[in-house]
Amino acid sequence: MFKFIVRRVLQTIPVLIGVSILVFSLMHLVPGNPAQIMAGESAPKEQVENIEERLGLNDPLPVQYWNYISNAVQGDLGSSIRSGRDVTTEISGRFWVTVELAVYSTILSVFMGLIAGIVSATKQYTFTDVIIMIIALFGLSMPNFWLGLMLIQWFAIGTDLPSWVPFFDDTAWFKPSGWGSFEQIVLPVITLGTAGAAIVARMTRSSMLEVVGQDYIRTARAKGVKERVVIYRHALKNALIPVVTVVGLQFGTLLGGTVLTETVFAINGMGKLIIDSIQARDFPIVQGTILVVALLFVLVNLLVDITYRFLNKRIDLD
Amino acid sequence: MSTKTNSNENILEVNELKTSFFTDEMEVKAVDGVTFAIPKGKTVGLVGESGSGKSISSLSTLRLIERPGKIVGGEIKFKGENLLEKSEAQMRKIRGNEISMIFQEPMTSLNPTYTVGQQISEAYKIHENLGKKQAIERSIEMLKLVGIPSPEKRVNQYPHELSGGMRQRVMIAMALACNPELLIADEPTTALDVTIQAQILELIKDLQERLNMSVLLITHDLGVVAETCDYVAVMYCGKIVEFADVNTIFSNPKHPYTVGLLDSLPPHDRDIKDDLPVIRGSVPSPAEMPEGCRFAPRCPFASEVCKTLPTLETDENGNQIRCWIYSDKWDGDPEVKVHAKNTERTS
Amino acid sequence: MQKTQKELLKVDNLKQYFPIKGGFFGRTVNHVKAVDDVSFTVHEGETLSIVGESGCGKSTTGRAILRLDEPTSGEIEFDGKNLLEFSKKEMRQNRKNMQVIFQDPYASINPRQTVRQILNEAMEIQNIGTKEERNDRIIELMETVGLGAHQADRFPHEFSGGQRQRIGIARALSVNPQLIVCDEAVSALDVSIQAQVINLLKKLQRDFDLTYLFISHDLGVVRHISDRVIVMYLGKIVEIADKKSLFTNAQHPYTKSLLSAIPSTNTEGKKERIILKGDVPSPIDPPTGCRFHTRCPFATEKCAKEVPTLRSEDYMEEGHMAACHYIEEIKSGEHQPTR
Repeated sequence: MFKFIVRRVLQTIPVLIGVSILVFSLMHLVPGNPAQIMAGESAPKEQVENIEERLGLNDPLPVQYWNYISNAVQGDLGSSIRSGRDVTTEISGRFWVTVELAVYSTILSVFMGLIAGIVSATKQYTFTDVIIMIIALFGLSMPNFWLGLMLIQWFAIGTDLPSWVPFFDDTAWFKPSGWGSFEQIVLPVITLGTAGAAIVARMTRSSMLEVVGQDYIRTARAKGVKERVVIYRHALKNALIPVVTVVGLQFGTLLGGTVLTETVFAINGMGKLIIDSIQARDFPIVQGTILVVALLFVLVNLLVDITYRFLNKRIDLD
Repeated sequence: MSTKTNSNENILEVNELKTSFFTDEMEVKAVDGVTFAIPKGKTVGLVGESGSGKSISSLSTLRLIERPGKIVGGEIKFKGENLLEKSEAQMRKIRGNEISMIFQEPMTSLNPTYTVGQQISEAYKIHENLGKKQAIERSIEMLKLVGIPSPEKRVNQYPHELSGGMRQRVMIAMALACNPELLIADEPTTALDVTIQAQILELIKDLQERLNMSVLLITHDLGVVAETCDYVAVMYCGKIVEFADVNTIFSNPKHPYTVGLLDSLPPHDRDIKDDLPVIRGSVPSPAEMPEGCRFAPRCPFASEVCKTLPTLETDENGNQIRCWIYSDKWDGDPEVKVHAKNTERTS
Repeated sequence: MQKTQKELLKVDNLKQYFPIKGGFFGRTVNHVKAVDDVSFTVHEGETLSIVGESGCGKSTTGRAILRLDEPTSGEIEFDGKNLLEFSKKEMRQNRKNMQVIFQDPYASINPRQTVRQILNEAMEIQNIGTKEERNDRIIELMETVGLGAHQADRFPHEFSGGQRQRIGIARALSVNPQLIVCDEAVSALDVSIQAQVINLLKKLQRDFDLTYLFISHDLGVVRHISDRVIVMYLGKIVEIADKKSLFTNAQHPYTKSLLSAIPSTNTEGKKERIILKGDVPSPIDPPTGCRFHTRCPFATEKCAKEVPTLRSEDYMEEGHMAACHYIEEIKSGEHQPTR
């Protein structure tokens, strides 16, 4: 197991190099002179030259890349064009907000998805199963910015519905913007976690149904094991193996989703930072944020692989 | 319907058991009125080809039939009590404790995510309320009993680390953990190589004697039956067509289907000059199941009376046969002789 | 039994090693020695069977002969030509001379094609006949293998297992092959259907002068269908003999235990059974010397060191060979079981 972890960690190195090259090229893939774009079209020539000088844009590309990487490894991602502050400082203030949002949403989607999937699988083809799967289909099909706006309308602003309709009354249950308090956290997490929950539910259901038909489940029943134990001890652990993979992949989508969710709920996280910086043509910030998000994604995939391996004893890569 | 041994000598009596599978279009009667008994301490073989309903019969005995299948009739008397009248909780106390089961595929019948020890000790935890440590100790003893070398090491291994033969030994250890009175073995050696099959059959026979167990052995392999069983029930299309002691089945089979089966098996200890005798045609699909004797369309002796279903009749020796040839109503060739070419032995 | 002694297929020193990848960069760290130095000859018109337990290399041998897997080394001569020197194209043309029937016919035929299309395609690839001729031949083939001509436009799933195996046989026959490799061709069938297919195979051999390389683990079937038999264990031939000689006068301890392990339907007079201890060792790291020595009741130190070669003794029938150091001594009772 230890050998596997070491090897898996080493395998992330080429991925990280690839990511850094992509992020670095970002600035140079934009048509035209990046310095001109940053400065604005009508900016005076001296200002453009000043930016070129400051960012080292006149050096050959490999030198630029080397400088970028060696600085990045030391935690220096350059400084913001707009505010002049370090990119690292800009990001660090918002990093944990996005991580919190992503982690809470993942917890929500795994928790809700697993329960819904297990219930659906154990009650296959019943009314409950059909209802759960219809809800899952809705959850999957709704764009999350729309869901976010609807949630704000219903639960943070209030509706015109008669007061006897529970919850959908004119009470503002939760807050429509910001991050920190419980009232602020609930709606964005639901917005971001719903699609994931739907995917996990569907995956868990099909995975459970497959596992429940396996010979070793029959063996467990023949041993006199209680049905509840058969499902939660014998079946679930095996059914989780493909679900874990899905959750890992889902985390990437989720990070992308933070961009929209943070914008809708005016949360000062990395997602909103990216949007704001793109609008302000603040390339160092965009680069830095994307790099951090990519790192986060690689890290989560690493954790998923280790979990997968822990669950699935049959894979022996050593 | 009675078998030759009276009921308190039988550990299990299955009467007119019916198990069906329900599809949107039709009811498939996989087990259609099966009756047999297992005398205490004896081994009964349930033989038939694929689709005969032998495995469904065995799963029905432990009430392990799942949707869309359902037991729709009959009774299963274990030590005099009808299992079909028991609650699910009562059934759980019997499964793995008084009646155990082992299956065909040792590769897939063990849970890949738990160690051998965890899986065996689960039986002790459920039925004997043992703690973790004691349960593992007992599991090691069981592994030793089924002839697994260095059981202290094996107990912590996962199924994928063991060979097919070893896994089937683990399955047996798990099944026998709580000293069951009846072991149901569903094609226990079909997936194994012949030298490993010999080991496993020897082991089951040996343990049966030591633990005084009764065994229901489900198989398609007539050789396995001849070597291990005391009595044999031959199934065809959901019904028992013949039940007799093992010597009678192999030396003097009566049902044309039993005869056909024995004949079409190429022997390994003798040469046959000509073609193998065959049963013509193939097993009818559930949609075109004949009304009368299920075997009539393939039977070389079939006559007019075979368009109605014969009953399972018991002769003076307690052997049973479901065939019109042996009744007063037989309207075919009165001189008909049903006997297997393969059983004309030179020895 | 053999009509001629013409050698149709000659296999020399065939080795089939499958690499095992591992390490950081997926290097080849070891090999599965599935077939390790196997030589034999198949005569025209005979049925030569290869028997053995799973992992003995019998199916791998069949696949290597057909070049379904490229052999690691060795020579395969078919009808006087060296198969391993054939280009892809030549090999394709040669496939009409050597066909194969697999255990699971359903897995080896296209489920979306009707029987007519399956058979037509097989012939078309080999440029056999005009369209009309092929159509006539399809009807003829269907009847030859015991299916009705009216079933030609049905799909494989509309047939039972036994009938599908007949389709597989018809397809193999369609190109008029000289040699058919039957890889566990009847193993998945129920006894009553199996007998029908065995009879069919024997009839076709008589009618069309076919040569069979019959790969099976079922010794009853092998005894019925074969002229000669090869017994393999862990990638090596341990014994080769005429059927009669092998089944009545087996020399190698492994063959003896294999024969004794088959459950017999003869309930009178039970025979002495040799039960082997333990499992077949891994072909990745096979035992030194005689590969059977770890399970052999007669094994000595010599067996662990020296690899026995196939050899004959005076009292053995012509062509009967076994790879054991102690054939004579065990026969005479001079060498007793060591464990």
